[in-house]
Amino acid sequence: MKLLFELGTSGRHCDILPPCDVPEMSPECLRKKELRLPHLSETEISRHYTELEKQVYGVNDGFYPLGSCTMKYNPKINEAMAALPGFAKLHPLQPDYTVQGALELLRRTEKYLCEITGMDAMNFQPAAGAHGEFTGLLMIRAFHQKNGEKNRTKIIVPDSAHGTNPASAAMAGYTVVSVPSGEDGCVDLEKLKEAVGEDTAGLMLTNPNTVGLFDKNILEITRIIHDAGGLCYYDGANLNAVMGITRPGDMGFDIIHLNLHKTFSAPHGGGGPGSGPVGCKKDLAEFLPGPVTEEKEDGSSGFAVPESSIGAVRSFYGNFLVIVKAFAYLLTLGADGIPEAARNAVLNANYLKKKLEEFCPMAYPGTCMHEFVMTMKDLKDRTGVAALDIAKGLLDNGIHPPTMYFPLIVREALMVEPTETESRETLDEAAEGFRALYQRALENPDEIHEAPVKTPVRRLDEVRAARKPVLRYFYD
Amino acid sequence: MNYPEELLYSKSHEWVKLEGEDALIGLTDFAQDALGDLVYVNLPEPGGELTVGESFADVESVKAVSDVYSPVSGTVAEINEALLDAPEEINQSPYEAWLVRVTGVTDKEELMDAEAYRAFAETEEN
Amino acid sequence: MGTYIPNTGNEQREMLEEAGFQSFDDLYTEIPECVRLNRKLDLPEGSPELSVRRQVEALAGRNRIFNYIFRGAGAYNHYIPAVVEEVASKERFVTAYTPYQAEISQGILQSIFEYQTMICELTGMEASNASVYDGASAAAEAAAMCTDRKRKTVLASAAINPGVYQVLKTYCFGSGNRLVPVPEKNGVTDLKKLREMLSAECACFYVEQPNYFGQVEDVETMADIVHEAGAKLVAGGNPIAMALLRTPGECGADVAVGEGQPLGIPLSFGGPYLGFMAATKEMFRRLPGRMVGETSDAGGNRGYVLTLQAREQHIRREKAGSNICSNEALCAVRAAAYMAVMGEEGLRETARQCYSKAHYFQKKLKTAGLSRVYPGDFFHEFVTRSDIPSRMILKKLEDHGILGGLPLDETRILWCVTELNTKEEMDEAVRIVEEVAGS
Repeated sequence: MKLLFELGTSGRHCDILPPCDVPEMSPECLRKKELRLPHLSETEISRHYTELEKQVYGVNDGFYPLGSCTMKYNPKINEAMAALPGFAKLHPLQPDYTVQGALELLRRTEKYLCEITGMDAMNFQPAAGAHGEFTGLLMIRAFHQKNGEKNRTKIIVPDSAHGTNPASAAMAGYTVVSVPSGEDGCVDLEKLKEAVGEDTAGLMLTNPNTVGLFDKNILEITRIIHDAGGLCYYDGANLNAVMGITRPGDMGFDIIHLNLHKTFSAPHGGGGPGSGPVGCKKDLAEFLPGPVTEEKEDGSSGFAVPESSIGAVRSFYGNFLVIVKAFAYLLTLGADGIPEAARNAVLNANYLKKKLEEFCPMAYPGTCMHEFVMTMKDLKDRTGVAALDIAKGLLDNGIHPPTMYFPLIVREALMVEPTETESRETLDEAAEGFRALYQRALENPDEIHEAPVKTPVRRLDEVRAARKPVLRYFYD
Repeated sequence: MNYPEELLYSKSHEWVKLEGEDALIGLTDFAQDALGDLVYVNLPEPGGELTVGESFADVESVKAVSDVYSPVSGTVAEINEALLDAPEEINQSPYEAWLVRVTGVTDKEELMDAEAYRAFAETEEN
Repeated sequence: MGTYIPNTGNEQREMLEEAGFQSFDDLYTEIPECVRLNRKLDLPEGSPELSVRRQVEALAGRNRIFNYIFRGAGAYNHYIPAVVEEVASKERFVTAYTPYQAEISQGILQSIFEYQTMICELTGMEASNASVYDGASAAAEAAAMCTDRKRKTVLASAAINPGVYQVLKTYCFGSGNRLVPVPEKNGVTDLKKLREMLSAECACFYVEQPNYFGQVEDVETMADIVHEAGAKLVAGGNPIAMALLRTPGECGADVAVGEGQPLGIPLSFGGPYLGFMAATKEMFRRLPGRMVGETSDAGGNRGYVLTLQAREQHIRREKAGSNICSNEALCAVRAAAYMAVMGEEGLRETARQCYSKAHYFQKKLKTAGLSRVYPGDFFHEFVTRSDIPSRMILKKLEDHGILGGLPLDETRILWCVTELNTKEEMDEAVRIVEEVAGS
């Protein structure tokens, strides 16, 4: 389909602004090359985006079992609430007494999320999960510095971790120590004991972990780190499985981040915006990024910067409208709805796993949490059909493929997370679709190599894209 | 797989062509085949020092990045700038697509001849 | 209570049974008893939709919306065309995941490719990424692009937005880089000081155009000074101003960044916003985060993919230049739609109106006793000084439904005017200021 730049013609435009009602003036230091943007009528623009939208797979197009991404339904009331002018039209630098509603919303969301995670304080500035990790690690650094322990330079990360974990640790100035996972996909306690020492600043962990298992040694793990003088950081990517059942704060974690765009039903926006608030235990609250909300003496709400704050990680207070969506979700679910969502996320995963393991090998047997990992290694060895081919084959079945090739510790991995908002029929249909595809792969592998054939474009040449990068359109 | 007789080979799959105190370093046929279509090469600055066994460059495929380790110690005299625009040359002709020319070679790891490397590569494959 | 769970209690029980479990508790046997919550969460009971709406609307109602805004300082009140709002509300754009599966994500990929193209046109740079969190984190990421083992000092003008300076400082605390402010003189960067402070350890110098005080900086001269010292120039800028003013590319910047919020994104109490980043041909491989590239499919048709991914955290892990994963894709699509609707003439007209109206308002305020603090050209923000306490002026304006400029201290106010401010409301604001001055 055509690009915006290939549509329209000189002279076409949209009438948006009235003429200037004061004498026109112009700055001195002008552009040399005139700006070049499309010349389009509103009809063309509107149709262009309608056409583009048809070539996107959204949450309502069908099953979206992307492991580690928690693609649950995005409730419409959340969107309506975030669009209220009383939020969308607020300038971030208005006086506190004109934004009391927004401040109370932040404070109540903080309170609810602290209760769910077992933390004592929270800040909403981080704009995404990785941003939250970076923030939390800087807090760990500030904590050790304040205690005069500058020699604590290492962060321990399991080899099954999301790539953001080691990358965030490096950005926060740490050396990353990767510890191998045990046979069962969980942390190898002996290896962990070997890895800790006087230079340990902390540990980053998700629990349930990235293979979808709850690490039952979690108290032992956090104790090993604490005994060595380190802090424990919880990556909240997988909280959906256990919210209301168990809390990172009770597992021994000191700092956490949450992904409001996963667990708390805010949408992903085709890649963002997200929101990755950081929570911590009381003793670490002084290091939170600023500003944080506070209650003033007169009972009103305001902002303050914590005593030993690491500083700001972005402008203003975070992705506020995303927080509004999470707030509406929390109000909807409430005390009972939160654990019910978790239980059903785990149920749906186990139900689907049971159906799939009849014909497809699982990387780890037994009960899973909210997601599980299949391995296509056997299939690939037998037929040459790889995880990638299966993923592309699913596209022709109208199913969004699972996460591919993650975690790195499983060969030919496909990671499936159905979420609680899928019906039994959807899971049954997906299982049948997958079974048929798997069967086809065994009988007719060449056909799957060609997939997809029903999508707007076929398989794309990623090698060409990377070798000779074309990152923009050029006008002739 | 092709392993020219006149070259020496490392366990981390680099080839070395020694010319007096100079050495040319590249990736073996086995390496390029295992890495798949290469899309970019990060090469060191000329003038930099290389140490035996340490990474001095990396090569990118679409979905992976792999370190390249130096089989020798010495100074980078020259880099193969053509590879920056055409990394596919490593896939097409691995023994012409040298990465760096090292001068003042002071140390080198134990290297294999073509026959020994062929045997080594075959065990790696399995 | 709502949970968005379709399956009924009966169905759930049947599913449990089919999966081989007696009860929900059986699903959680791996969780040790000692870490279980074993009590009800201390949260309000869940609410049906109408109750949720009432509660949230009540909170929204406790915020004051100003119809007339003369405040900027990093967040700008511009007109958002209806079609832009509609595009940004399209369900699939709103709810899709990151376009890793390119074959079913061409719509997002193409719109990001279009965004990248327009950011290049706007900044005069050669390549753009698909966005980062906001303008401040874009500046911090740009500084990180320029540093290496030998050059670990980042210089930043003292005339930049203090919020951006704070974020640069935090990121430098992480990376171990040194951040040093270059003093301002008369509201702009002191070029003499800049020249003196540059050294072989300096990685880059960061400046904003226009700067925090709204002043137009001499970025071209800065580029020459900075490059002479072997350092890089990171040019921050207001995207609306870029439609008129000399672009970062024309000035010789190595990396251009900025806050994309003025491009059709609502004020939103500070977020979500949009960090844009663009670089020269020499630097583009160091840009953080996602980038969309053009390629072709198996049938030879044009298509788009996420490309150059080997730079990113999911492949390079601790060796990646940045940890960014989620970005602000939907805000980028919104900005692209905004630029398409405005077109080059519309965007230029917006910039011209911002400039003309700001100058009109500044002259009027001067007659009311609020004189300008700094000499030199300014874009759409300026600082005034007055003997009347800032808070008195601003309080009076508030009483009339006007959000005045940002008080910098007891005597100085930073004002902002955009195309949305009409002559009538500016005259009204001036009349109110005169009233305060006269009383």
